[in-house]
Amino acid sequence: MASGVRPRVKVPKSASAGETITLKTLISHPMESGQRKDSSGNVIPRSIINRFTCEFNGQMVVDVAMEPAISTNPYFEFEATVPEAGDFKFTWYDDDGDVYEETKPVAIG
Amino acid sequence: LTVLPFRVAASADDKIAEFTGGADMKAEGITLTAPEIAENGNTVPITVDAPGAASIMVLATGNPTPGVAQFNFGPLAGSQSATTRIRLAGTQDVVAIAKFEDGSFARAASTVKVTIGGCGG
Repeated sequence: MASGVRPRVKVPKSASAGETITLKTLISHPMESGQRKDSSGNVIPRSIINRFTCEFNGQMVVDVAMEPAISTNPYFEFEATVPEAGDFKFTWYDDDGDVYEETKPVAIG
Repeated sequence: LTVLPFRVAASADDKIAEFTGGADMKAEGITLTAPEIAENGNTVPITVDAPGAASIMVLATGNPTPGVAQFNFGPLAGSQSATTRIRLAGTQDVVAIAKFEDGSFARAASTVKVTIGGCGG
């Protein structure tokens, strides 16, 4: 596992039913592109997060296929519709098989 | 899942052909927002917006591998737009292509001047 991976998400605590809200996510990850070389000229192997998904109560909001051209500490900002109270689930999939998850509840009101 | 097969880097044109199946692309219906000049190619903010799109593919045509990301929007997407930060190896065109529910495509491109490249060359 890449060390020090920490997901951070910004989600409003509450929304009105049917409202469109903005979500911001950031995860600390080196996103080693596989293009760089170390001081002795050896290629540093690729190690990135290759997929990010956000769902709300099991329904998909966005599913992103990521390639090495995504910057270190991948950041995504997007919008979601909140039909009812529930949980946003954010998932990041690492090249090495690790899966990082974060859940944020949203109340209606 | 974890072991990716070795793939020869496909060119940007190949990626576009794979995504669109060679279909014509409109010039309207998609907006790509990128800076005119990026001082640091390691982290260049971009926003894509294509109302009604099912998915949007982003390519950096001048990178060693042109693929950047593909956004697939689900039923609860509040809009078909997203913002992220990307790496650019040098001055080049960034291309975004939207695929709509009806099978049509739209393309937008933006030239970004990069002062310091972002691929650690």
